Amino acid sequence: MQGTELQQEAERQITICNACRYCEGICAVFPALQMQRSFAAGDINYLANLCHNCGACYHDCQFSPPHEFAVNLPKTLAEVRNDSYAQYAWPQALAPLFARNGLKIAVLTALSVTAFFIGLIVLNAPGELFRAHLAPEGFYALMPHNTMAALFGAVFLFSLVAMGMGLRAFWADANAVNTVASSSPSIWQAIRDAGSLRYLDGGGAGCFNEDDQPRDNRRLYHHLTFYGFLLCFAATSVGTIYHYGFGRIAPYPWWDLPQMLGTVGGIGLAIGTGGLLAARRKRLPDLVDQRATGMDVAFILMLFLTAVTGLALHILGGTAAMGVLLAIHLGVVFSLFLTMPYGKFVHGFYRFAALCRHAMSRRHGLNPAPPDRPVPAAARISGG
Amino acid sequence: MSRMNGQAVPATAVDTSCDVLVAGGGNAALCAAITARRKGASVIVVEGATKFYRGGNTRHTRNLRCAHDEGNEILTGPYSEEEFWDDLMRVTGGQTDEELARFTIAESKELWDWMTDTGVRFQQPLGGTLNLGRTNAFFLGGGRAMLNALYAEAERIGVDIRYESPVTELEIDNGFFTSATVGGPAGPYRIDARALVTATGGFEANIEWLKEYWGDKADNFLIRGTENNRGSILRLLLDKGVEPVGDPTQCHAVAIDARSPKFDGGIVTRLDCVVFGIVMNNACKRFYDEGEDIWPKRYAIWGRLVADQPDQIAYIVFDHKAMGMFMPSVYPAIEAPSLRELAGKLDLDPEAFERTVTDYNAAVREGTFNSQELDDCHTEGLSPPKSHWARRIDTAPYYAYPVRPGITFTYLGTRVNREAKILMQGGRPSANIYAAGEIMAGNVLGKGYLAGIGMTIGAVFGRVAGKEAARHAGN
Repeated sequence: MQGTELQQEAERQITICNACRYCEGICAVFPALQMQRSFAAGDINYLANLCHNCGACYHDCQFSPPHEFAVNLPKTLAEVRNDSYAQYAWPQALAPLFARNGLKIAVLTALSVTAFFIGLIVLNAPGELFRAHLAPEGFYALMPHNTMAALFGAVFLFSLVAMGMGLRAFWADANAVNTVASSSPSIWQAIRDAGSLRYLDGGGAGCFNEDDQPRDNRRLYHHLTFYGFLLCFAATSVGTIYHYGFGRIAPYPWWDLPQMLGTVGGIGLAIGTGGLLAARRKRLPDLVDQRATGMDVAFILMLFLTAVTGLALHILGGTAAMGVLLAIHLGVVFSLFLTMPYGKFVHGFYRFAALCRHAMSRRHGLNPAPPDRPVPAAARISGG
Repeated sequence: MSRMNGQAVPATAVDTSCDVLVAGGGNAALCAAITARRKGASVIVVEGATKFYRGGNTRHTRNLRCAHDEGNEILTGPYSEEEFWDDLMRVTGGQTDEELARFTIAESKELWDWMTDTGVRFQQPLGGTLNLGRTNAFFLGGGRAMLNALYAEAERIGVDIRYESPVTELEIDNGFFTSATVGGPAGPYRIDARALVTATGGFEANIEWLKEYWGDKADNFLIRGTENNRGSILRLLLDKGVEPVGDPTQCHAVAIDARSPKFDGGIVTRLDCVVFGIVMNNACKRFYDEGEDIWPKRYAIWGRLVADQPDQIAYIVFDHKAMGMFMPSVYPAIEAPSLRELAGKLDLDPEAFERTVTDYNAAVREGTFNSQELDDCHTEGLSPPKSHWARRIDTAPYYAYPVRPGITFTYLGTRVNREAKILMQGGRPSANIYAAGEIMAGNVLGKGYLAGIGMTIGAVFGRVAGKEAARHAGN
């Protein structure tokens, strides 16, 4: 299912959830949908990005398939969510990148960039590629720091702008019909909810992955991935500050901040992404967007490769393998940055925005959306 | 690896034996199985349904009523045994076995801890149910989530669970059970057991049986819960001389959306909008005071009222002013820009339809509309009257929901004693047959309904049956 048909199917299921409400305590999606009676496309995209795909409601639902009501919210919202990434992509001309073969694109990019770097090094410093670089300036003999910083900075900046534009489109769409009755953002609540993955625990029972038992470890792996990524990012940032602010040139000793942050972050990122990849492979097919384009696998794989090649560079930085490893690592990171706005990476931004909107609407309520009016409490009391 | 929504592989058709055989797979059955297993008995559970539909009407439940001396993180305040008893007396009008009822209420105090220890999780009362927040504990994720926890615990401690395994015959000699025949894809085969716990629900899904009391009207009934509650075990027991309890002609019936599936439509098919409009039959005649009392006190009479109308169908009609004032339901209201067009969409006589609405509108004396109390908006000179919340139906678009009787459960069951042992005709207890859940709920709930009490009775008597059956098997 695609487009309008998919939106209608999501609305059909959400209407059933709104009439049932048994899952109200599981996560944010159900209290959020219960605040409305009708659902525009932007509302459904908002709910889809609020869903963490813990799978609990699927196993708890008395109406999931083979019941004729066929409610499978995690799967349907996963499909809507994946479509919403392309819908909000900027520039729109690049939206088709989401749709097909995310894995191939990422791997291809990484390979070509690796080749590109090797070529550059060979041209810049013939014969240097396989020689050990033990001197402090060895690193940059292969790839001048300013070239590297400019290249990566430009790509990173472009990605940031692209993702910012996507976020703006998402926010406008989420508030197109139903608006929050206050414009004061609930950033801190959203940071806490996102930072703790509050809604990736099935309401307390735990998440589901390969079967009907709530013993999923994706929350742990995601924490390792996310915080590992942040540490790696911090390592790069500190290194850049060292370089330009204090004239301290890499490589740094093992105990220095960039090394410590990068090592710990890299290990976390490697274990976390490895765990997520394994969980992804075992995942109950019923819960997965079967039109899968490899986008999420591509993203996790790119992060995994970033961590592994980064760690390898740490360990083998003083050997003859350094040149090739550096080229591969930079190629992977370059590809990660480049594909960021057109892959699974954006889920974090939309999820965060959705959590923020949810916290705002919980605190301030929604403006009444004509023609429906708010429901008086007593009238909602049902029997039995 | 067990896959929740998939089909479980049926047990092989080999005759076998165990200490305690539990027939059924819902709340009462699992409480019995887990308790008996924890007491050391070997236990087989035979559930007639597939794995997805396991647990019958427990799948559609959402809370458990339990007495407690103090509130906790979920329950908003104390609920004494005496208050519970008063509530039960109010709904049953005294049609209860006082000894068993008081026993149930006393035992209900242990259910929170027992359920929590067994892995069941509770949540804050659901939107629109704040009136039950003090007395009822809501299952996180609803009844199926609660069942999943019970099944996980049963499997963990070694209960042998067999799906698609309906019991087709019982060997009972003078009140003594020796073996059961199991049908289904793997059957027939025999299970010998030292004790039998029957927890197989009522017979509300057995239309032929309902027709014995309701005639052809029952053809138009919708069954809110499982298709599997056909009462086959209840019939076997009654035929073998077990003493019945409860009025066989009675069932809990509410008005639900006529477009609902024949079986298993569950909670989402309910309609809470009667008080906001008028209700007419297919001759466009009103037949009962829609505003008699607040909805939670009256919703359970509308199934019977609709059952008495021609073709067992009626239409709730309201206008734009009422839209959005009640809980949403699964199907959209039928909508039209004029009353005559609405009648056309409902296949009703437009003139009669319009006249009924016009007569009603003319009789309305609007005061200060207040959906939260018995307000002063009423009709004058209209029969039947609408006593409260009467407002003119005059603002387009106009809406209607078609409704039919939706049967929740039946009252007929097996009489039991405090040990959950079924009684044979004449009052003598069976040696080794126990009953728990809807099959014996009529002992306590002879009439009416109290939210969450079905689960209370099931859990209390399930635990008692499991304990007593294990004790008997151990002797």
